[in-house]
Amino acid sequence: MTLYRPDSLDSALSLLGKGGMTVLAGGTDVYPGLRDGAPPAHLLDISGIAGLRGIARAGGQWRIGAATTWTDVIRADLPPLFDGLKLAAREVGSVQIQNSGTVAGNLCNASPAADGVPVLMALDALVEVQGPGGSRQVPLTDFIAGPRAVALDPGELVTAVLIPDGPGQGAFLKLGARRYLVISIAMVGAVIATRSGRIDRARVAVGSCGPVARRLTGVETALTGAAPGDVARLVAAADLPELAPIDDVRATATYRNDAARTLIARAILMAMEAPHVA
Amino acid sequence: MSLDAPEGHIDLTLNGDRITVPAAATDRLSDVLRDGAGALDVKVGCNAGDCGACTVLLDGAPVCACVTAAGQAQGRHVETQAGLVAHSDTAQRLAKAFQRHQAAQCGICTPGMMVSAVALLRSGATPTEAQVADMLGGVLCRCTGYRKIIAAVLDAASDDDPLAEGGIGQPVARLDGWPKVAGTERFGDDVAPPEALVLRVIRSPFHRATFRFGDLDGFRDRTGLDLILTAADIPGENRFGVIPGFEDQPVFAEHEARFKGEAVAAVIGRKEVIAALPDFPVTWQERRANLTPAGAAKAAMLHPDRADNVMCRGYVARGNAEAALAQAAHVVSGDFSTGFIEHGYIEPEAASARRVGDRIEVHCCTQAPYMNRDELAGILGLAPEAVRILPTAVGGGFGSKLDLTAQPFVALAAWILGQPVRLAYSRSESIATSTKRHPSEIHMEIGADATGRIVAARFEGTFNTGAYASWGPTVANRVPIHASGPYLTPNYQARSTGVHTNTAPAGAFRGFGVPQSAVAQEQLYDLLAARLGMDRLEFRRRNCLRNGDPTVTGQVFDTGMGIDACFDVLKPHWDRALADAATANARGTHLRRGVAVAGGWYGCGNTSMSNPSTIRAGVTSAGEMMLHQGAVDIGQGSNTVITQIFAQALGVPVSQVTLIGPDTDQTPDAGKTSASRQTFITGNAARLAGAALRAQILRLGNVGAEATIAFRDGAVELSEDGVTRRIDLPARDGYALEVVESYDPPTLPLDENGQGAPYAVFGTAAQMVELEVDTELGTVRLLKVTAAHDVGKAINPLLVEGQIEGGIAQGIGLALMEEFLPGRTENLHDYLIPTMGDVPDIRSIIVESGDAHGPYGAKGLGEHCLIPTAPAVLNAIADATGARIHHLPATPDRVRAAILARRDAADRATE
Repeated sequence: MTLYRPDSLDSALSLLGKGGMTVLAGGTDVYPGLRDGAPPAHLLDISGIAGLRGIARAGGQWRIGAATTWTDVIRADLPPLFDGLKLAAREVGSVQIQNSGTVAGNLCNASPAADGVPVLMALDALVEVQGPGGSRQVPLTDFIAGPRAVALDPGELVTAVLIPDGPGQGAFLKLGARRYLVISIAMVGAVIATRSGRIDRARVAVGSCGPVARRLTGVETALTGAAPGDVARLVAAADLPELAPIDDVRATATYRNDAARTLIARAILMAMEAPHVA
Repeated sequence: MSLDAPEGHIDLTLNGDRITVPAAATDRLSDVLRDGAGALDVKVGCNAGDCGACTVLLDGAPVCACVTAAGQAQGRHVETQAGLVAHSDTAQRLAKAFQRHQAAQCGICTPGMMVSAVALLRSGATPTEAQVADMLGGVLCRCTGYRKIIAAVLDAASDDDPLAEGGIGQPVARLDGWPKVAGTERFGDDVAPPEALVLRVIRSPFHRATFRFGDLDGFRDRTGLDLILTAADIPGENRFGVIPGFEDQPVFAEHEARFKGEAVAAVIGRKEVIAALPDFPVTWQERRANLTPAGAAKAAMLHPDRADNVMCRGYVARGNAEAALAQAAHVVSGDFSTGFIEHGYIEPEAASARRVGDRIEVHCCTQAPYMNRDELAGILGLAPEAVRILPTAVGGGFGSKLDLTAQPFVALAAWILGQPVRLAYSRSESIATSTKRHPSEIHMEIGADATGRIVAARFEGTFNTGAYASWGPTVANRVPIHASGPYLTPNYQARSTGVHTNTAPAGAFRGFGVPQSAVAQEQLYDLLAARLGMDRLEFRRRNCLRNGDPTVTGQVFDTGMGIDACFDVLKPHWDRALADAATANARGTHLRRGVAVAGGWYGCGNTSMSNPSTIRAGVTSAGEMMLHQGAVDIGQGSNTVITQIFAQALGVPVSQVTLIGPDTDQTPDAGKTSASRQTFITGNAARLAGAALRAQILRLGNVGAEATIAFRDGAVELSEDGVTRRIDLPARDGYALEVVESYDPPTLPLDENGQGAPYAVFGTAAQMVELEVDTELGTVRLLKVTAAHDVGKAINPLLVEGQIEGGIAQGIGLALMEEFLPGRTENLHDYLIPTMGDVPDIRSIIVESGDAHGPYGAKGLGEHCLIPTAPAVLNAIADATGARIHHLPATPDRVRAAILARRDAADRATE
């Protein structure tokens, strides 16, 4: 039972190359996943790697290092584009989980109900991966290959989440059966850029309504040019073929389809309001 | 370079001290802090980040130690509750605030709550309620309903001392509270000796399965286990149970497991052997299982003597319900159901045992030490006196810790091995195998005359009692007595049936079936009021029982039936709330306000059965007043209440009384902590003991009844008419003065129609709920609960409020979110209990109508608090939206579906 705690990316990649490693950051998914069992024999802790934690902007792109926690996101000075991400950060589990859990870990865990995924999809996030073959960038929509499945090859490590800068304001809504510490029934992330009070570009993604979170390209197109007063009607009329919810202990599929539509309209309107995150 | 710790050790600063602890760096930090560093104030409630009990500060930031790798704390600062309170003024003040507000009941969540709060308070700013909830929202509490925790954190700037003295009626701070807020309290898994071997239970992975063991001796020898236990190793009877005649549960299943999670074997060994244990040699043959009463009659019989899998039935009849309903001006009826409800205490079951000569000592978190003792004696084939139960602090019970869980395993292992053995259930083990609230399927009809008087009610309830009886017979008996609610119901017929299925046993949970029947009855009352066009509060006020009215069992109370007073005190709040809701709803948005009220009642103590409590008290030769108090305090406050009663009867301040126990070697049987009986029954025993000792002392000094007693400097001082005399106490073995007093409530048996006097005391309550429904999403936001409770006489109003608020929180969970699905919701992220953000402002109104039997007029209270809550919530949802929820919980999807169904019906009606 060894915990490797490299302080550089090179040594982390070198350790990872040996195989048999479970990557650990905040531990908020790794340990619950043990279900009271023994920890894996080899854990690779990336939380102490120099340069892997923090949020910075460079060359038209925002970079969220792989060891960046949700609390780091909440505390970061970020433009309204990230308002949805900040709201999502506050909805992750609890303060305890936000203090430990990382944005990148939420993506790698690839839960259908991952709080961070819809809003990052709406932000057109890319996942930066480094491994034996060097560095590559994968769109988040491709990175999450299915429930609990991600497009990572052996020896590869997520090193950052990259978000293109641009106009727009974000919003996020999570629906659950209680206030804190709740797995969502449905959630919506939206990023809306407006021009003269009308939607210039809408980016909307839904989570917990299918095996993976999905961008809603049809409704995004339909919303172009819409005023706030049009949103409810356009969303009500949309097809939403991306929704493929199931019945589970949290809600019925029928309800998820119905509630997701309400959340979509509300999240879009919320993203068009005056800035709301302090 | 690497940040790795030296292999096998972690160096960290714990509460200011630099320490090195032996540990694997991949171990959970919570385990290392507890086992390696002795920080037993770090509580393990779930091992999954779901409950927050293990919260510590890591470099100042609250994290769950259970999901933190120990190696990640290498070289860092870790702070825990005990260290914070010992070293920090902020935490010390917070601890006092927790005591002043009774923010700790059982105390198991208190470390997580206080550590999180310290992180917030350290910033120096005065937090808002919303900030407190955001910061503490990740810590679950099942006792308090959170409101007093919020109040304490908001009041943490004050350095005022808690109230330490006070007689009957005074809000004295918990006498056993300081260890809970200082991080020194010891719960079930905190007291095992370090050398204890570890036990793990092997459990059925199927709802029903036969099984065969492989080579157990070979497995034991190959793996280095010390012992393997199966049914073949039970020296006494492999059978236990809480109700005479219904002892049907084996310690280890024989041949066939009847529910998922049932024990079939146990392995005992050193911790590292257990941790590395390969698959246990057992082969399973899954059999067809039946999980619901609907299939029970055709399913295989779980117990050979219980045809159709019916465990037992209950029946109460009075007048002629059928005839009265046929003639009633208005009759409403409905079908209602509730699911399994998990107790959800934050402390999983835990026990340790050691053999002392020919006796066995068991430390455990329990609500019923003497029942545990007698059941263990039967299993071990020992005399009851050979078993000693030493209850630890109990991290929540609510009924489930009445039954044996971990105790027989550790007792048997320690008995055989002669070495101490420990066992702490995992969260999933706890949820999968402990008893539950009975799922209910209820059909009820209620009729009223044209003036709005109830004329009759008929009730048919089926209760899923699971694989074993546990407290199922109690539920079956109690429900028909209570299903009328606290209302005059001249014609009545109620039947209940307890049915076995292949699920975890349903047993005792705060209310013994009455919360379920209230869901049906109180919702039908609202339907009747609507039919009559009557105000819902007025309708209840008109029909509620008054002194002199017969209950449905024909029992008449000449005093103390205070439900009318409960409804009366709600009236101004009711008028205000209705007006507020009307104003809000006039805005016509998708948010709809609703207001509703529900009543409830509950008979204190066993149903028509003897259930005495005994209290012993003695004065040592050195003049110390010792109270042997065996009524287990599971957070509700019996240590404080019983002491207040005893001190009042004796005529001394509570600070002069030293508590001993509970411990079956030292404290006489005060019965089980259950059925809202401790304040009433043990309280009466304490009152009698205090009075008897007072008489003895006054006789000794030959002074009058008005003399005052004080214990001072190794003697008793008696003062009368301004003269004080010292009475030296004789030096002798044992106590210089001693009393033992018992109390058993007067009840009468029920006849074949359920007529009789089942309880000496009923407590009553009425609660009003204000809420808001998002009609587009079906989500419910509670705004306020106003709760009027007739407690006869509040021995300690602070503790009364704590019971009310905690009961309401559990009622909210029952109404809105809780349902245990066997095999599916065996953790605290799929099984949801209310968080700090789900319990609204609660206004408690204490009504004191006195009682003919209760000590100083006090009644029990524990169960009453949640009985009206769920129906009041459901009635308020209906008031807000017109949608009525018949099948609980009222999750967003069900509420939305009910709203849409009602809309569809309205559309059809207008077509």
